[in-house]
Amino acid sequence: MKDDEVKIIKTTTWSPGPGCHGGCGILVHVKDNKVIKVEGDPDHPWNQGRLCSRCLSMTQYMYHKDRLKKPLKRVGERGQGKFEEISWDEAFDLIEHKMKKIRNDHGPESFIFHQGTGRDIGGWISMLAYAYGSPNWMFGLSGISCYTPRLMMMSITQGDFAVVDASQWHEKRYDDPEYEIPETATIWGQNLPATCPDGFFGHWYVDLMKRGTQFLVIDPRCTWIASRAKLWLQLRPGTDAALALGFIHVMIKEDLINMEFIEKWTNSPFLVRSDQKKPALLKESDLKVNGSDINFVAHDPVSDSFVVWDTENQAYKKTDIVPSMEGEFDITLSDGSKAKAKTVWTLYKENAEEYTPEKVSEITWVPADKIRKAARMYAKSKPSALHWGLPIDTIPSTIPTSQAINHLWCLTGNLDNPGGNAIARYAYDVVTYPYHSGGSILSLPPEVAQKRIGMHDYGPIKDFRAWAQPDKVLEQIFSGDPYEVKGMWIQTANPIACTGMEPRKWRDAIKKLDFTVCVDLFMTPTAMLCDVILPAATFLEKDSLRAWWVPLNAIKKVVEVGECKSDIEINLELCKRFMKDFPYDNTQQLFDTLLKSAGITYKELCDNTWMIPPKGHPSRPYFRYEKGLLREDKKPGFRTPSGKIELYSSWLEKWELAPMPYHEEPPYSPVSTPDLFKDYPLILSTGRRMGPYFHSEHRQIPWLREQQRDPVLEIHPDTAKKYGIAHGEKVCVENWLGKITVKALVTPVIHPDIVMAEHGWWFPEKEGKEPSLFGVWDVNVNQLIPMSHEGKGGLGSPIKSMLCKVYKAKG
Amino acid sequence: MGKSSTNGLLIDYEYCTGCFACTVACCQEHGWEAPLSGIKVMEIVQDLPKDKAYLTFLPFPTELCVLCSKRTRKGLDPACVQHCMANCLTYGKLRDLSCELEKKPRMVLWSPR
Repeated sequence: MKDDEVKIIKTTTWSPGPGCHGGCGILVHVKDNKVIKVEGDPDHPWNQGRLCSRCLSMTQYMYHKDRLKKPLKRVGERGQGKFEEISWDEAFDLIEHKMKKIRNDHGPESFIFHQGTGRDIGGWISMLAYAYGSPNWMFGLSGISCYTPRLMMMSITQGDFAVVDASQWHEKRYDDPEYEIPETATIWGQNLPATCPDGFFGHWYVDLMKRGTQFLVIDPRCTWIASRAKLWLQLRPGTDAALALGFIHVMIKEDLINMEFIEKWTNSPFLVRSDQKKPALLKESDLKVNGSDINFVAHDPVSDSFVVWDTENQAYKKTDIVPSMEGEFDITLSDGSKAKAKTVWTLYKENAEEYTPEKVSEITWVPADKIRKAARMYAKSKPSALHWGLPIDTIPSTIPTSQAINHLWCLTGNLDNPGGNAIARYAYDVVTYPYHSGGSILSLPPEVAQKRIGMHDYGPIKDFRAWAQPDKVLEQIFSGDPYEVKGMWIQTANPIACTGMEPRKWRDAIKKLDFTVCVDLFMTPTAMLCDVILPAATFLEKDSLRAWWVPLNAIKKVVEVGECKSDIEINLELCKRFMKDFPYDNTQQLFDTLLKSAGITYKELCDNTWMIPPKGHPSRPYFRYEKGLLREDKKPGFRTPSGKIELYSSWLEKWELAPMPYHEEPPYSPVSTPDLFKDYPLILSTGRRMGPYFHSEHRQIPWLREQQRDPVLEIHPDTAKKYGIAHGEKVCVENWLGKITVKALVTPVIHPDIVMAEHGWWFPEKEGKEPSLFGVWDVNVNQLIPMSHEGKGGLGSPIKSMLCKVYKAKG
Repeated sequence: MGKSSTNGLLIDYEYCTGCFACTVACCQEHGWEAPLSGIKVMEIVQDLPKDKAYLTFLPFPTELCVLCSKRTRKGLDPACVQHCMANCLTYGKLRDLSCELEKKPRMVLWSPR
């Protein structure tokens, strides 16, 4: 083939580029070593030839005049916008020198490694942090409020993550005979067409809609899918737990639950001490000296005695028993004292009892009859699929909220069934995006790992996710307590425009540090404040791999642009400089190691481009809990402390959090702060997605910017009329923390008492240096949202439920 | 000017989500610079009783639409049709597509050239 001919290469999308969590198969047209066109690959089962506007704009993104193409070193004051180009050797030498000095003088924990959302970064930035020796790898969104709370809650409830089965595990997709179309899909807080969320493809729901799936939508906004739903519940932001508990109440009262599944697979028969202020799961060790503290206790109704659930053997110590599901029992403890205990199921029913549709209606604004109808619709459908979105994370009550919603599919048995919520694991167990430190490429000595910021404040931070807690990190940058923070490595993140709440605090924090590096593709408000800026490659300019959740995909380097390097290459080079005996010479070696569980090399993966695990593989559904495919010991059951789905959570009990779900008011709301509400009478919600943009990206891409020029505030026509605001007029959105000025989008889509502001806005075309920082302060809604309001457990933040007032801007 | 094409675009606007993939696919295919494109998407937000609204998006081929004749000659779908995230665009002969109109509501047939 001649060089000037067009070559077509198959590869897979991820960031950087479209910005999203990727996964689409594409055909890249290359001529003279330049990408001239990107098309969807009709043979890829994920997108089947389709492609979104962001990926279709890749040529404008890659070859944009403002693309960073060489490393930059700051030469003026921070924020003055004065940089000079340096070579990669100079950049690496400078970074190595500065970071090693900080490590020597203050310890490796004084350097923070700060990433953005689910980009192709998790493995590589943790590798760099650990090679340097710092435990402080972090995602900067307050309360880690992006999927982590839901992942944590799913992990401790059913031992694994679950996502809706839209046939993504089948090469033939919807036509596979093993697959069933969901009778109902419940969409809880997500605007599907504008998102490619959480390892999912939003438009699969349009495919399902065409095939007969009916929709139940729970959203404060009348989204596109809400307007086509059989039932739409317009709830008050931040009251989702109450609504889910209302569903549970109705489902139990009307016997719409799958009792056979609950009895067999959940910890509902286990006994809990009911005579103490705090309930506590009874253990074998409570009943007898030398009893195990990992074994639980149930009641045998036939012999009216207590039996032990042997966790290790995943069986009761007495054969053929059917334990009592309900009741309160007198029990003698090992020390001879008397106690009372109830079954989990009895406590669970008592807990749900108070959430009557009428009470829930008062909390959520959803009429009681609609709550009943919705609970019936969800529970009676077979199969029933439940899709949830980021609003479940971006509230301080995220833990009980995630738990209550997760219970809906557990109570109805819609778990790992075709067309329900399937357990999602990385294809072939290839970890490209670690959650636990155990999944990362390198590990830290325990004495260093113990210095991770926030881990001693919150159980879930300590035991679930390997990230530092971002609110605590920001506090510590200013307090220096218990140790000084001296530097920050920022990669795939733009906290000043996007992930940082109270972004002026983040600006001050970044400027306070001794040394900061930003890795990005364009100059951003955050990069403008840093000391060294490294130009990153897009996904078409790098080798990588992706397994989130299925298929296992190859990402192939197609071309080079300027001197840009991939995030992986950058981090690998620095790992070698920071760590003696770093085990990988190059990225291929690293990828081959990661692919060991798939039994292939990176080259073999590239030859295939994508691979779906075969039937019977533990990373492929269905009903794996019956087949012994989930647990390491190959016994049926789940990867939880008891091996059961834990409706009463032993992990939450251990962390001294409420073990069962409940409603908690948002910290600022008409109910919790009525005085503030008089001055700020509208609920401010943010974060709804904009199709052409991914978070703070793409405002400089002409084809995308054409779809929406300016940031808007959604406001209901009645509310706009009340405040004398016309469509398209500039309005101020203000509360006690800050103010922004944006255009009013007057629309019946939003509830009259709620306004919805867009996040992530800045203007690449405006002045970059301070104080402007690309106009970010005029429009960044995060200025109205506080840091340090993380929920109990260190997760969640009030991003979806603040208060504000809105008035016409002057001039 | 007489009609030069017997082909058209069938739009099933029940399923169009307003994602703009068609608009940008056209720009990429034909090298249009914003705001030019051979297909644009209109938004209609209709109030309904009981505080509900109905959102409709309607792709509309503009004066710049050439029905991707270079692609269709090779047996490919027009760029907008291939990339439509909702699979709600169909390219074909006007006569065949008009029969499709009888099969379900909420569709329009455009004859751009």
